[in-house]
Amino acid sequence: MPDLSANLAGIKSPNPFWLASAPPTNSGYQVMKAFDAGWGGAVWKTLGVPVVNVSSRYGSVNYKGNRMIGLNNIELITDRPLADNLREIEEVKKYFPNHAVIASLMVDTREEWHQIVKDVQNAGADGIELNFGCPHGMCERGMGSAVGQNPQALQTITSWVMEVAKIPVIVKLTPNITDITEPARGAVAGGADAISLINTIQSIVGIDLDTLSPYPIVDGQSSNGGYCGPAVKPIALNMLKNCALDPQVTIPISGIGGIETWKDAVEHMLLGASNVQVCTAAMHYGFGIVREMKSGLENFMREKGFNKLDDFIGKSVEKVKTWENLNLKYKVVASIEEDKCIGCQLCYTACEDGAHQAIGLSGTEENRVPHIIEDNCVGCNLCSLVCPVEDCITMVRMDDGTEHKTWKERLIEGSAPTTFNDQRGGGVGHYVPEPKEALKKRK
Amino acid sequence: MAEYNKPTTLQEVEQNFGQIKPDMNATMAYNESSRCLFCFDAPCVQACPTGIDIPLFIRQIYTDNVTGSAKTIYDSNYFGNICGKVCPTEVLCEGACVYNHQDAEPIEIGRLQSFATKAAIKDNKQLFTPAADNGKKVAIVGAGPAGIACACELRLLGYTVHIWEAKAHASGLTIYGVAPYKITNQEALDEVAYLQKQFGFEIHYNKKVEADEHFQMLKADYDAVFLGVGLGDTRSLGLDGENLENCIGATEFIEEFKMDPLGTHTGNRVVVIGGGNTAMDAASESARMGAEQVYLAYRRSKESMGAYEFEYDLAKGVGVKGLFNASPVAVLGTDKVEGMRFIRTEVQDGKLVSIEGSEFDIACDMVIKATGQEKQAAFVKKFGAIDTDNKGRIVVNESFQTTEPRVFAAGDAVNGGAEVVNATAEAKKAAQGIHQWLSKA
Ligand SMILES: Cc1cc2nc3c(=O)[nH]c(=O)nc-3n(C[C@H](O)[C@H](O)[C@H](O)COP(=O)(O)OP(=O)(O)OC[C@H]3O[C@@H](n4cnc5c(N)ncnc54)[C@H](O)[C@@H]3O)c2cc1C
Ligand code: SF4
Repeated sequence: MPDLSANLAGIKSPNPFWLASAPPTNSGYQVMKAFDAGWGGAVWKTLGVPVVNVSSRYGSVNYKGNRMIGLNNIELITDRPLADNLREIEEVKKYFPNHAVIASLMVDTREEWHQIVKDVQNAGADGIELNFGCPHGMCERGMGSAVGQNPQALQTITSWVMEVAKIPVIVKLTPNITDITEPARGAVAGGADAISLINTIQSIVGIDLDTLSPYPIVDGQSSNGGYCGPAVKPIALNMLKNCALDPQVTIPISGIGGIETWKDAVEHMLLGASNVQVCTAAMHYGFGIVREMKSGLENFMREKGFNKLDDFIGKSVEKVKTWENLNLKYKVVASIEEDKCIGCQLCYTACEDGAHQAIGLSGTEENRVPHIIEDNCVGCNLCSLVCPVEDCITMVRMDDGTEHKTWKERLIEGSAPTTFNDQRGGGVGHYVPEPKEALKKRK
Repeated sequence: MAEYNKPTTLQEVEQNFGQIKPDMNATMAYNESSRCLFCFDAPCVQACPTGIDIPLFIRQIYTDNVTGSAKTIYDSNYFGNICGKVCPTEVLCEGACVYNHQDAEPIEIGRLQSFATKAAIKDNKQLFTPAADNGKKVAIVGAGPAGIACACELRLLGYTVHIWEAKAHASGLTIYGVAPYKITNQEALDEVAYLQKQFGFEIHYNKKVEADEHFQMLKADYDAVFLGVGLGDTRSLGLDGENLENCIGATEFIEEFKMDPLGTHTGNRVVVIGGGNTAMDAASESARMGAEQVYLAYRRSKESMGAYEFEYDLAKGVGVKGLFNASPVAVLGTDKVEGMRFIRTEVQDGKLVSIEGSEFDIACDMVIKATGQEKQAAFVKKFGAIDTDNKGRIVVNESFQTTEPRVFAAGDAVNGGAEVVNATAEAKKAAQGIHQWLSKA
């Protein structure tokens, strides 16, 4: 049986699944319930300066039959008294000594930081997470993402914390920035033990088309919130990969952003996360979903022959290259398996209108199976992506794998196109119908 | 059998005739519409006789534009809700859905169509405005699907339209024929009332066109006449005992039953003769009215029945028993029906023949003949030199014009008996035909 135990910068947990600092970790009651359900760790809802919350706090993006593929919130940090939270942290640790309890913190001055770090250490927290990510409300007061967007300030505050910290310190980064590696390097320079990313993305999820008020509506008005949920995973994965690839970001990473299933978690870990944090999925389905995550991860590891998390953490990082280093000689072409085709012709219209006019129709009503015009196919994948039937359209490799030439290599050897109409350009000679042919296509 | 108790109140009747395509709520409609693949050149559109842009109307439901969805539907088919409920979708739009090739459930197009159109009916949405009066008048005989659809289209073109209807209600066989578990009478009437409010055609009820003066008047006072008269009474079989009490034609039985379910005589042991959809309906309806035993007797094999497979399945599902290769010989009894005599048949050299000496009797107290309806050939001749074919169907050209140029026709009277959707599709084209012809003249 594979070993699921995780270790992030010395913070150990029975499995890599932590609850992120958010509403599900608002109280000792919730954290205990989550641990009892199988979660390995929990980052407590951020403790810090006094706040008051508004009523109506979340907005959702639904897609087709699915609710909450994206969630946004304008809730601030905890509005419960610090003393209550500290007492509950202590109690949770008594019952679950081997689970990770991380205190998320957000205060203002150096004195406040020193005091609160000592408080949570005394309460028995296993680690500290500095909330430099909140993109709404708190940033207006100079905290949260206001710090995360300013690498210098981030470094300074981190170093304040390190002055008194006796337990590992994680710096949580905001994605609302052009280059995530800058604050990540700031965290390293400030002495942090780990970083976690991403916090929520600034967002407006939609507008009530009756009242014209954006969501979530607070007395007819709204404010931008922080976006999370399955929809943000691709953005999180990319930022994670940027940090994982940066030689100056030398500390471990906790992956956050759009993790709902074991697959999402494995993807984060493959791109370098030592563990993962989950929020929206728990808010949507409750703590029970961790059972699926654990069993899926276990099964994946068993099938792949991984005995411990370290066997695969970061394994996909080396497979991400800059574009100029990709092999231009690699060539795939779409292939339609006729027996599987159900005749929706979505591939046809997608390629016809959205790609390279490389799919043809039989022209008869009886035969609705489209065919690939191989000469026109650039191997973009679009048809295989829109096809509703599993494995009906596959991309077949056409080159024999012996040749390898990248853009960078072409630049070096001088074979890259250099002028606008250079005959060495990519699309030269590629078939494109005459513009007026379009007018004959109306149905 | 007797899976159903004999209903004694209208409420119990309703229970026995639960809707097979019940209304969807907004959540169901949203979820179902989200499954639509939005096929290119979608096969469902080709399979719909009215050619509704189905992927578009489904996407409009999905994007919360239910009124736009209803408009898309009504643009092609004025009987939007009725067709959503009564169309044999299994062999039309839903039968063509590409999901069938994936062994997945096809999109429930009929129910989605009813979802959108019922919302428009309920809110009385004004989707159409008749054109300004063009000074021309068209008379329509019959307020069935064909007559009403023709009227709507003509009003859009600015014609004044007057309809004469023999019965007390509009929508033709939709309320006098279609099985009650497909659609309620009220729903059918609501849709026609909704159309009438928007399009403003006049219907004269209980006015059968039969007197000579009436024919003269229609020809003299109107620029064109449209015949949407459907089919006639059930054809006689010419059997001994056919006029015994409780031996009745299927359409007559169904009509009586639909208007007054509790006041209509329904049998305990019923024999339905015929292999078409009407036979299936009559048998199902008898079973649901609490008959102990219902036989469906057909003179050929099960495979050669004209009824749709799903209609036979529906009948079997309520306990109806099939009796095949049994040809009716005589209705037995003194005053009332007491039994039915059959003779076995088989196919020899491609011909159906009776097997000598194989007669057998089945005891029953009711015989329902679903063996086809008369055509309206005699009636239509009164309008002039209107040709009918050897099956009694009115002959028309591609614009649904009869051989009497001022007279147009569509629906069952022309196609010999099809579905509501065929009648509305044809009648819309006929209205365009009338318009073209009158614009030329
Ligand atoms: C038992 C049964 C079940 C059916 N089930 C279905 C079903 O489930 N789904 C489906 O799509 N179709 C079904 N149909 C068929 C469908 O009802 C018809 O195809 C459709 O109604 C034809 O429309 P129409 O307008 O041509 O004729 P009709 O609906 O027959 O309408 C003709 C109208 O003209 C009137 N009329 C006739 N003569 C005169 C006159 N001289 N003067 C004034 N008015 C006159 C009649 O009273 C009637 O209202 C069924 C038919 C039957 C008999
Ligand atoms: S009218 Fe009938 S056949 Fe056409 S789409 Fe609607 S339900 Fe299907």
